[in-house]
Amino acid sequence: MQDKINEIEQSIDKAVQDVKSSKTLQEIKMKFLGKTGTISALMKNMRDVPADERPKMGKLLNALREWCENKFDELENRIKNLELKKKYADEKIDVTLPGKKPEDGAIHPNTLVKRELISIFAGMGFEVFEGPEIENDYYNFTALNTPSDHPARDMQDTFYITEDLLLRTQTSAGQVRVMENKKPPIKILSPGKVYRSDDDATHSPMFTQMEGLVVDKGITLCDLKGMLDEFAKKIFGENIKTRLRPSYFPFTEPSVEVDVSCFECGGKGCRLCKGTGWIEVLGAGIVNRRVLEGCGIDPDIYSGFAFGMGVERIAMLKYGINNMKLLFEGDVRFLKQFKA
Amino acid sequence: MKAPLSWLKDYVDIDISAEELQAKLFSCGFEVEELIEVGKDVSGVVVGEVIECEPIEGTHLHVCQVDCGDKGTFQICCGADNVKVGIKAPCALVGATVYATGKDHVTIEGVMTIKKGKLRGVESFGMLCSGVELGLNEDLYEGAGYCGLLLLPKESKNGCDVKPILGLDDYIFDIGVTANRPDCQSIFGIAREVAAVLDKKLKEPDYSYKTTQVKSDIIEISDIAPDICPRYIGHYVKDVKCAPSPRWLRKRLALCGLRSISNVVDITNFVLLELGQPMHAFDMRTLSDGKIVIRRALNNEKIVTLDGNEFELNGENLVICDGEKPCALAGIMGGLNSEIKDDTTEVLFEAAKFARDSVRKTARALGQHSDSSALFEKGVNEYTTERAMARALHLIDELKCGTVTSVHIDVKTEYSHTAEKQMTASISKINALLGIDVPSKDIVKILKNLAFGVKLDGDSLNLTVPGWREDIDGYPDIAEEIIRFYGYENINGTFLPSASITNGGFTDEQKAENKLIDCLASKGLYEISSYSFYSKKDLDMLHFPEDATERRAIRILNPISEDLSIMRTTLAPSMVNVIVRNLRRGNMSGKLFELSKVYLADKLPLTTFPDEQKRLSIGLWGKYDFFDIKGITEVVADCLNTKFEYEPCEKPFLHPGISAKILCDGTEVGYLGMIAPTVAEELALERAVYVAELDYEELKKHANAFKFTPLSKFPTVSRDLALTCDINITCAQIEKEIYAACKFVTEVKLFDVYIGEQVESGKKSMAFKITFTPNDEPIENKIDGFVKKILNNLKFKLDITLR
Repeated sequence: MQDKINEIEQSIDKAVQDVKSSKTLQEIKMKFLGKTGTISALMKNMRDVPADERPKMGKLLNALREWCENKFDELENRIKNLELKKKYADEKIDVTLPGKKPEDGAIHPNTLVKRELISIFAGMGFEVFEGPEIENDYYNFTALNTPSDHPARDMQDTFYITEDLLLRTQTSAGQVRVMENKKPPIKILSPGKVYRSDDDATHSPMFTQMEGLVVDKGITLCDLKGMLDEFAKKIFGENIKTRLRPSYFPFTEPSVEVDVSCFECGGKGCRLCKGTGWIEVLGAGIVNRRVLEGCGIDPDIYSGFAFGMGVERIAMLKYGINNMKLLFEGDVRFLKQFKA
Repeated sequence: MKAPLSWLKDYVDIDISAEELQAKLFSCGFEVEELIEVGKDVSGVVVGEVIECEPIEGTHLHVCQVDCGDKGTFQICCGADNVKVGIKAPCALVGATVYATGKDHVTIEGVMTIKKGKLRGVESFGMLCSGVELGLNEDLYEGAGYCGLLLLPKESKNGCDVKPILGLDDYIFDIGVTANRPDCQSIFGIAREVAAVLDKKLKEPDYSYKTTQVKSDIIEISDIAPDICPRYIGHYVKDVKCAPSPRWLRKRLALCGLRSISNVVDITNFVLLELGQPMHAFDMRTLSDGKIVIRRALNNEKIVTLDGNEFELNGENLVICDGEKPCALAGIMGGLNSEIKDDTTEVLFEAAKFARDSVRKTARALGQHSDSSALFEKGVNEYTTERAMARALHLIDELKCGTVTSVHIDVKTEYSHTAEKQMTASISKINALLGIDVPSKDIVKILKNLAFGVKLDGDSLNLTVPGWREDIDGYPDIAEEIIRFYGYENINGTFLPSASITNGGFTDEQKAENKLIDCLASKGLYEISSYSFYSKKDLDMLHFPEDATERRAIRILNPISEDLSIMRTTLAPSMVNVIVRNLRRGNMSGKLFELSKVYLADKLPLTTFPDEQKRLSIGLWGKYDFFDIKGITEVVADCLNTKFEYEPCEKPFLHPGISAKILCDGTEVGYLGMIAPTVAEELALERAVYVAELDYEELKKHANAFKFTPLSKFPTVSRDLALTCDINITCAQIEKEIYAACKFVTEVKLFDVYIGEQVESGKKSMAFKITFTPNDEPIENKIDGFVKKILNNLKFKLDITLR
């Protein structure tokens, strides 16, 4: 019997020697361990074995069976691993091939900047008001202390539709509408398209303005400066400083031009700031008493400040856009850069 | 406004550099847009004395030994005809830069650097220069117009830099003057600010002159139009001798870019530059009846101005006339008929104030602009008008080019303002506006430096406003004057310590717009921003018929060009133009949108504010088809939480078979479709283009607020049905009938359409996935009944069978 067992062991060793696939292994396993397999047959033959030898024989056969099973388990594991390795090798991909993105979309830089500006000022308590783009002479000029013979009218070449109706040259026009209907405290922001008859590398006949107006008791030039300091830090960075310098707008007195320290060079002077260390970003001032009076607000009780900036200009500065025309052309190569 | 440093020094003792002055001017509100160094391109040129000069045989050249003092003595070849021993001339040493001139020795062709050279075998270590080579002309320096060597004064020290000798060390400040400061549109006006900012004394120009008594009836000024000519001063000068102006005067004009003409004309130009008051001189011979009449022109009246241009006038234009004809276009330009000529002997000088808008309107209407009209448009003040006349007469005296007579006619109309303005301001109010405490002694000093009369009485400032400061109106103006000189760096930021708290943020309207924009951008579209105006041609491009409502566009009276002349009534042409531009630039595919206004007129021409309506425009081209753009309009419907229906439509610019109008709750809200092949061909579109336009104002009305629907405890069930129907039946018709047949149907989704051999001809097969959603009880066991009901309804209504 022992010989028989040795023979079986050898024949198993031989049979599995070249096995490469788990399928073949399974067939061999069945041949020996299956219901009709060699070992099962031996087990069945136990009946014919004399009773006194049975325990010994049984032991031997069980050992054989155990040996077999371990052998096949081990082989199975090895082959499975090999097969898995092969599968992995076969299925390997070039992970550096491009990913399949959903199609890009993007919001226009003007909208991005407009929203950012509104969020900054909304946090300071500003409401948003959008007036009409086709305005009349009164709201666009007269109510803003710019009567018809005023030289400041030449500062803004105006598109006229009739003698009285025109394309607004500034969103301040809408602010007058607010002041006529709302009593202080007033904090409004008026974003929108404005139009001036100007077309060159740095001017566009249509552009977007964002103007702010604060009217309350005891408002000072220092408050204007304080608010614009906050604004400049939020939009251009924590280290940004602002500088006021005298200027002129008919609807403010005093009027100032507001520069921010150059965020490119930190104020040392570079190409962006033309070597001055400062970049002009907006115009502002204390609201002219006549403008308040015209809107029925008593300038002896209330005072206020106003500021206005070009959204395109901020966008150009913020993103480093070198030509204003790009903002209006709709070239997808330009637009897709703002997808983030 | 151009102001030479050397000229400013006539009035103020400026003891700082040009750059420092630039910074000072900037701090008080005068931005120097350009600081022009007169001799910027000239360097390394010194005084050289010719100590030896031998002709080089067979040439026009001379070989010279030139003594350049401490720089050394150099051998230089020179071709000028006036070179000789003993002269002193500008000597450009090796490495110097001067202007290169053309063959004519006059035209400047660039800047050159002097190198060691060899002419006809003779070495040369520099160049002796002409005036032109140093950027000079006869007006700027005597002898500089000659094309030979520029001769320097004998007393010049050899080896010294020539720039100070020739005035090439001067600077010109090109200053941006704000519209409220017309008084600073002059050299003297700027000098006033310079004196104030430097805290220096200001020297007034000399206004004195002597008069010779003559009969006073020689000239009569009458019929003045007071509203547009508030002030008119005339003065009669006789024994005029027209001659070239002296060097100093010609130099001043040349530095400011004006050509010298003759003494009398130059005096008027000098006063214009110095004081900012335009002046005019009439030849008295040509004034018929010795009369000056200042009136509105008659319709069709004509004038030929000094530059030879003829203009036909109307009642909007102010003219200065003699007894019979116009002799000048008031404030703009004199008439050719009364021009000062070489033999003019009697002159009437004019200094006047004409209304700003009158001059502006005339200059614009006629397209005739001058230095004079520019100043009148900005505004002149009568304080200066008076002094300008005195200054001109002083110069007549000084230049000895005429006899100033006693005939001085000064017409002050009821529109004239000469009284000094008195005002009071309170120091506490000024400081309250600024938000800081400027000490009263600083306030007084600043105002005195600006020539205000100041009396301090406690908190109250009693002020006399200088006659030229017509911009000063109330205490905020005074506050501005103070902070301009006290310094804006003293304004420290505060954050509304006393203001009320307000509630800010986006309006609901803006939030809705932002949501739509975000939604479209997230679905792969790019947002664009295009001009609000286009041209009639853009409507032609999309074949809008003559009677289309889109043609009723608002016109701009003064468009920048015909291409941007009407306000848009539809966004489609803008979108198509953007797509065409993209295709031309090789961007072969894309998806765009724009949420912008159109401008709709109730009546044309406009009598009241038009309707400004927001529209949503969508454009796709390249790899997309109709269902891609329809998918996007459905995204819009989802975003507004509403549903759209689609019906075939006809638009002049869309493919009639591939276009639809969009309905929302039965109201038409827009359209979508493929650009018609005819239009595409005209635009040479290389790819199919799809556009959609939605009326956002109308859409807003159909938007529904989002509300959560509770989930059923029971599972949803779906069934696929393949149907056979007539080829002309639309998907929408079938969907509608499926929904109608069973209230548990929550979604009907087409997933296949088949037309071909497997179905009867004239029929098609359509396969739908139908989703049933239960509410309070399970529906699994009822689905077969639902499907039967649906099929019955389809059979009955549309003759559709299960395939």
